Amino acid sequence: MAIQSPTVDISAALVRPTLASASRGYWPSVGRRLRRDPVTLVCAGILLLVVLSSIFAPLLGLADPYKTSMIRRLYPLGSPNHLLGTDELGRDMFARLIYGGRLSLFMGVMPVLCALLIGGTLGITAGFVGGKVNMAIMRVMDVFYAFPSVLLAISLSGALGAGTENTLLSLTLVFIPPICRVSESVTTQVRGFDFVDAARASGASALTIVRVHVLGNVLGPILVYATSLISVAIILAAGLSFLGLGVKPPEPEWGLMLNTLRQAIYVNPVLAALPGVMIFITSICFNLMSDGLRAAMDVKA
Amino acid sequence: MDSLMPREDRGGPAQPLLLAQGLRKHFPVPGGLLGRSRKVVRAVDDLSLSVAKGETLGVVGESGCGKSTVARLLIRLIKPDKGTMVLDGDPVDEPHGITVNELRRQVQMVFQDSYASLNPRLTIAETLAFAPRAHGLPASEARARVRDLLDKVGLDPASYAERYPHELSGGQRQRVNIARALALRPRLIILDEAVSALDKSVEAQVLNMLVDLKTELGLTYIFISHDLNVVQYLSDRVLVMYLGKIVELGSVEAIYGNPQHPYTRALLSARPSMDPRRRTKEAPIQGDPPNPIDPPSGCRFRTRCPFAEDVCARVEPPLADTGAQAVACHMRVVGSGHSKAAAP
Repeated sequence: MAIQSPTVDISAALVRPTLASASRGYWPSVGRRLRRDPVTLVCAGILLLVVLSSIFAPLLGLADPYKTSMIRRLYPLGSPNHLLGTDELGRDMFARLIYGGRLSLFMGVMPVLCALLIGGTLGITAGFVGGKVNMAIMRVMDVFYAFPSVLLAISLSGALGAGTENTLLSLTLVFIPPICRVSESVTTQVRGFDFVDAARASGASALTIVRVHVLGNVLGPILVYATSLISVAIILAAGLSFLGLGVKPPEPEWGLMLNTLRQAIYVNPVLAALPGVMIFITSICFNLMSDGLRAAMDVKA
Repeated sequence: MDSLMPREDRGGPAQPLLLAQGLRKHFPVPGGLLGRSRKVVRAVDDLSLSVAKGETLGVVGESGCGKSTVARLLIRLIKPDKGTMVLDGDPVDEPHGITVNELRRQVQMVFQDSYASLNPRLTIAETLAFAPRAHGLPASEARARVRDLLDKVGLDPASYAERYPHELSGGQRQRVNIARALALRPRLIILDEAVSALDKSVEAQVLNMLVDLKTELGLTYIFISHDLNVVQYLSDRVLVMYLGKIVELGSVEAIYGNPQHPYTRALLSARPSMDPRRRTKEAPIQGDPPNPIDPPSGCRFRTRCPFAEDVCARVEPPLADTGAQAVACHMRVVGSGHSKAAAP
């Protein structure tokens, strides 16, 4: 009988991982942590409800939010046909609160989105390029920073005049500096890691390095920060409307509603506070959600 | 075979692969009026070296002597204030020469911190494919190359390609880093303390792998380390640095067998011995290296040198060839004025 030559299994010589489980990326693990966070889930649920009802307001069969009635002014909560009463011009409060969410949420999200685009780009550029470019961008931001944000928004809106577009513009300008600063600081941090040096040593262009190696590592913290700004934007927009610098009547908007209802505060205080309650709920939900996001993402991959 | 091929040898075996002439890097010290301070850290001062094809050049020195700055200068991660580099006959970043990008195709680097040098958001395959893709290799060929690279460093492609860095051990991560340095088929690899952070057993595995890769791929290494034993094991020639200057340069036998510079001697006698009877009882040199912001005049080692004399403070010793090695010490320069130097 022939002697069998021993077979050598090369694959056994290769180092095998001890873990048998499938590999998990960063974002799936963030999702897993979020699913175990009841506060964030409840807040996200409430926000979803507010957002969806605002978007689909015309389909909900609500009363006309513009239809005034001199007879039915300031009905209390729980009145027949007017679940949340009527405002000082006899318009249905429930319908106006839902419709008001459209503008208020828009004014909360849009300026932050625009500022995220502009401020994020500026901040990442400043952080990645460094040196004189960083100096130029960040010192300009410091000039904007010198003004308190509310004052800046008011003065800009005052100079530009009332109206949705102008409010949007002034709020965007208010939010660019803080987002830029946060982006710059996280980008500077990421740029110091060896993997960015290794990428530079591979001869890839700066744009490719930012796209592949920087964005993935800085977008998380920037997004979390931007989420926390949405509540500020809602409050600022409402404040501008309250001062008559934002949305013009008869457009339903929470801040403006607070303003017009303030005379009714002695007659029907609960009714007068309703738009404020909406602002409060939405902004605190945005805040708690951004806290939850931060906690879920604050893990070494 | 895919399209991103290694570069051809041009000048023949006698031409140095990399030649650096008078490299200098001074980092400005922050502070002063309006950030315009006149003070600088003299990290690397007029350093010249050549690396022959196929050799391993070891670079040793204390922490802060400029070893890593040299590595980063050679791959142009930082721009030198002064000095020229020639890669296989082609001047780098000069008219009629090659671009920095071309230099980086042929010279790659492995970093010390295996964790910080891998992007935590990318899988191993994505990390390895990045450089070839950036150089225009199609996705399918890049995938094949990733498998090939992982095989080369002894990691099973099937189980590692889709993993994230945090799922790997330190040794495995450093294998991935080496694979990434190989991704562009370079000719020279700078290993900056590449094995220093690893356990001794893992370090030995990785070192042996480096030796095998070198013969298999015909590589040239610059091996930077503070571990004298590892440098002795791996290197053909050794360069000893002190405060941004070369103090001694020669073959590994000459440096380890017959060190000429007092600093090299002190370094060698400071290394831990396995033999209890040969253990050093006293520190061969005292204190820390002087501040590189304001280095000593003349010979930079004179403040810690037991043989320092007047001439050492006045004149900077040149890197003089003594036969087997080059030494920057007045005691080895004929007629330098040092009492231990030979008379002219």
